[in-house]
Amino acid sequence: MITVRIPTPLRTLTGGNDQVDVEGATVREAIEALERKAPGIRDRLLDDKGVRRFVNLYVGDEDVRFLDGLDTKLASGTEISIVPAIAGG
Amino acid sequence: MTRYARSRRLASILDAVGNTPLIRLHGIAPNAPGVEIYLKLEFANPGGSVKDRPALRMVQDAMKDGRLTSDKILIDSTSGNTGVAYSLMGAAMGFRVHLVMPKNVTKARKDITQAFGTELVFSDPMEGSDGAIRLVKKIVAENPDKYFYPDQYSNPSNPLAHYYGTAGEIIDALGDRITHFVTGLGTSGTMMGTTRRLHEHTPRVTCVAVEPAEALHGLEGLKHMGSSIVPPIWDPSTVDEILPVTTEEGWDMSDLLAATQGLHVGHSTGANVAGAVKIAERAQKERGGGCVVTIACDRGDRYFAPLKWERKYVW
Repeated sequence: MITVRIPTPLRTLTGGNDQVDVEGATVREAIEALERKAPGIRDRLLDDKGVRRFVNLYVGDEDVRFLDGLDTKLASGTEISIVPAIAGG
Repeated sequence: MTRYARSRRLASILDAVGNTPLIRLHGIAPNAPGVEIYLKLEFANPGGSVKDRPALRMVQDAMKDGRLTSDKILIDSTSGNTGVAYSLMGAAMGFRVHLVMPKNVTKARKDITQAFGTELVFSDPMEGSDGAIRLVKKIVAENPDKYFYPDQYSNPSNPLAHYYGTAGEIIDALGDRITHFVTGLGTSGTMMGTTRRLHEHTPRVTCVAVEPAEALHGLEGLKHMGSSIVPPIWDPSTVDEILPVTTEEGWDMSDLLAATQGLHVGHSTGANVAGAVKIAERAQKERGGGCVVTIACDRGDRYFAPLKWERKYVW
């Protein structure tokens, strides 16, 4: 099982939940599983080229850009974090 | 009357806040050849951002009425630039500064503020700026006498700094030429203060607020009001229009400004100029010309993240 941590701006799509548990062997599979539980969230995170360039996806403490991107393999118990930009002031 | 504004003699670093250059952008809006677009270079402030203005005014107003004394610690939540401004003022004026920021603010911000002796408290990165706001309120509530908490999101001195400073300087530089003012919303201080003053000007200036088009965005420093704690100083009825700008538009414009204008600016500035170009194109269509002013909030180097192999460097 993979735990996805959801930032405040996307919690309208997860019924207010700050984390969602999904199954998936890669980041791509985990996001597809997340999309089934929170429809609309995939397009906030990905475009046709992969992870949208301003979206920060972390597996554990590392940005997936420094791993294998969407193909990064996930072990059960891994945490994915969607980290928001910093707003205002 | 100071003729050489930039080389003038000053009594202290605090006097270097404001009086920033206003420069004309060329060739940035090919579909609006009859519209002048100007960018006010707020990165020329000593702290490197527009936030020096509200920070200085909040500090000076609080010193005047006794809310801030040398035995108090100034504490506030910040995404970084206001924190840099408070930090340099604390060092120059002799008061301690503590800042609450989301843990994922750029390393540059953490390093710059700490270089002035400021202490940092980190809030949960998943909660963004709102998490920092909630945490600072909790810290202050536990020890109210220990701190001066300016609360930049609700402090009227924040927009006032722009009413007197930013807007006054724009009017002085352009007079009646200006037709439109465009800027992004963070605390909304720049928008609120500048707009109030420009609406008093004759002829009345149209003032447009730029807002990130989506809740999850990459325009650091700008706020999507619909999904955030709304700053008490924000009054949407004051502005003439709210213009959504996508992260991609802001980022692409930042790249274009660097490549064609010699201006390496942060992404919020990219969003401001992208918004200004849209307004310029509309002004060209509807009135055949105009004069649009927007704000360069800070420089792009403040956002350089260390590359993977540089992460362990210490200097």
